[in-house]
Amino acid sequence: MAETKRLRIALAGKPNSGKSSLFNQLTGLNQKIGNFPGVTVEKRTGSMNINGVQVDIMDLPGIYSLYARSLDEKVVAEIFGNHNSEYYPDEVVVIADATNLKNSFLLLTQLIDLGLPVILVLNMMDLAAKAGQSIDIKKLSFALDVPVVMINARSGEGLDDLKKILTERAKASSRKVYKIENEVMPAVTRIKDHFHLRSDYEAYQFLQQTGSLVHLTEEEKKHIYRIATDIGFYPGKYQGAETIRRYEFIQDLLNQVFIKVANPNPQWKKTSYAIDRVLTHKVWGYLIFLGILFLIFQSIFAWAQIPMDFIDENFARMSEWLDNSLPEGPLFDLISQGILPGIGGIVVFIPQIAVLFAFISILEETGYMARVVFLMDKIMRRFGLNGKSVVPLMSGWACAIPAIMATRTIENWKDRLITIFVTPFMSCSARLPVFTILVALTIPDKMIWGFMNLQGLVMMGLYLLGFLAAIISAFVMKFIIKVKERSYLIMELPTYRMPMWKNVGFTIVDKTKAFVFEAGKVILAISIVLWVLASFGPGDEMQRAEEVVRDESYNLRLTEQGFQDRVAAYKLEHSYAGKIGHVIEPAIRPLGYDWKIGIALITSFAAREVFVGTIATIYSLGSTEDELTIRERLENEVNPETGGPRFTMAVGFSLLIFYTFAMQCMSTIAIVKRETGGWKWPMIQLGYMTGLAYISAFIAYQLLS
Amino acid sequence: MRPGEIAVISGFMDDEISTKLLEMGFLPGSSVTYNFAAPFGDPICVSVSGFDLSLRIAEASTISILK
Repeated sequence: MAETKRLRIALAGKPNSGKSSLFNQLTGLNQKIGNFPGVTVEKRTGSMNINGVQVDIMDLPGIYSLYARSLDEKVVAEIFGNHNSEYYPDEVVVIADATNLKNSFLLLTQLIDLGLPVILVLNMMDLAAKAGQSIDIKKLSFALDVPVVMINARSGEGLDDLKKILTERAKASSRKVYKIENEVMPAVTRIKDHFHLRSDYEAYQFLQQTGSLVHLTEEEKKHIYRIATDIGFYPGKYQGAETIRRYEFIQDLLNQVFIKVANPNPQWKKTSYAIDRVLTHKVWGYLIFLGILFLIFQSIFAWAQIPMDFIDENFARMSEWLDNSLPEGPLFDLISQGILPGIGGIVVFIPQIAVLFAFISILEETGYMARVVFLMDKIMRRFGLNGKSVVPLMSGWACAIPAIMATRTIENWKDRLITIFVTPFMSCSARLPVFTILVALTIPDKMIWGFMNLQGLVMMGLYLLGFLAAIISAFVMKFIIKVKERSYLIMELPTYRMPMWKNVGFTIVDKTKAFVFEAGKVILAISIVLWVLASFGPGDEMQRAEEVVRDESYNLRLTEQGFQDRVAAYKLEHSYAGKIGHVIEPAIRPLGYDWKIGIALITSFAAREVFVGTIATIYSLGSTEDELTIRERLENEVNPETGGPRFTMAVGFSLLIFYTFAMQCMSTIAIVKRETGGWKWPMIQLGYMTGLAYISAFIAYQLLS
Repeated sequence: MRPGEIAVISGFMDDEISTKLLEMGFLPGSSVTYNFAAPFGDPICVSVSGFDLSLRIAEASTISILK
């Protein structure tokens, strides 16, 4: 039977060891991104066929040791601790950075002790050779009793050797590196027998990491704790000693297998230091970082706009074409007015998200991102954040969904939670169309101080406002949330290198996919619900729309188009959405809004950008999203109470501020629920953001009107 | 320690962080080089066991050293 089974291989190693590159080289486009069940750690799997053997490869999160602190590490500890898991590997490939074998080997020795068949892969041999290091592979393989393969994950050298060894079914190594303390052995034996484990070290891990192993039942955990108490053992005891013991073994081993160390400080390392002197300089460092931020901004807002307009136009055209060519009927309307624009609303953001992640991925590949963390940590910490919060906050300018997923690298739960909580304040690309139309409408187009355009200034101010809201909220939360867990920032600063374009490409595809599927399904579902709310209404008022409008506008000599637009507006007013707009009117009146704006607030709850389309419909503009048309029409909208224009500067500011702060994004709520594992945080976040939006908009309106 | 200085690690003063530091290669008896600090003086960059790490002053101060 064993021959027909698929071979399951796990890829393990420390961060920056070239693990992802190897994974991408092995599986190519044949990979799937998902989540480990129950937790939010990304699971990357891929499959390939080697000489007729079907091999499934799983890329594990980068870790230094089996002892788990962060979420990523806990997942790995769990995988290696549970034989019955569908992820338990047949073989483990440990990838080690040949320029820095010492701390790559810690995990290796632990896996050997677990009794898992291990294959050691030495990556970056070319760099090691430049440093004058030469490794006796045969000796190394013999000393550890594991197969050793040399590869270059960038160029793909050595991959064929690795593939060959993978299918040869490596045996577990006969070596045992760490000798468990004698006084712990009775407990280890009892656990090993009770759970039918393969090796002593596996049982020892059960003792050390009882809390991290999710497959154990409460009953089993209690059993382990009892055994531990019997011998006076507690998790964490001897962990330091074990690590020191392992490093002694590693040092001995390295002394044997290193043939010579001619040049301990090679040229590439010197270059890296030289770059660091500029990039972490107290003036140049920040200037360069600001410059890069500016470049990212520029590309998101100027360059990504071109494909976005293209997508927008084509979806509008498709929708129109479908509308005209499909027969009448609610089902066809649903397709042409509900589903298709819904999909369009998702696809339109792909260029921005792809461009942003291209940048982030390049910065990470080169090693610069670690320096950004290094530069920003002190500043961010003052606000209850962490150097690692910079990437999610930056991503928030494009879309909060991938941004919140990017918080997974933050080990500390409190820091991570605060980052998730404040990221939606960063002005995402969906706010841009709302801002554009409102600014154009209500802010005078004039120059101040001779060179600054007031409208541009307000736009910039809105982005700044969102950023400030994020920072200040984080600062407040720092004092509210109490967590015992300590925050730390012990992080490797990798040497600079050229990005591997293949990895950049994969990251872009991954993140875009995540957005399309995670956010997409919510946006699509909600746009269907909203379509229903806006297309149907209580009683027969909707059916009589044409009749009523015809009676009302009998003397107006409307064109056919004008008539249809009026019918649409009438229908929306009498639909369920319209009713809700009327119901909430008293609540939003203090902000300067009427029921028409109320409808737009409700429909844009799923996704902010829907605001523009709704406003267009409710003011009888038909299906146009053309900014100029909407603007002209809205300028003439009269407020029946004052007799002046509806959209005054006060209303404009009130709306702008409302949209800067309000959550107004179902997909974000869904993703926060998933990442925090419950409804508690997304609900607090929704309440807080909406409350802040309401109060600020209220103040703005009352001050300006 | 000042940038450029080298010292030998003699032990740790904080149990919780020491396990993590040990795993990253801060071993008693090995030498550690203080490379440079971030612009606001924190965190700092050090070399230990042949690679570069960043750590906060608060974390670095739990490591006892001999010069």
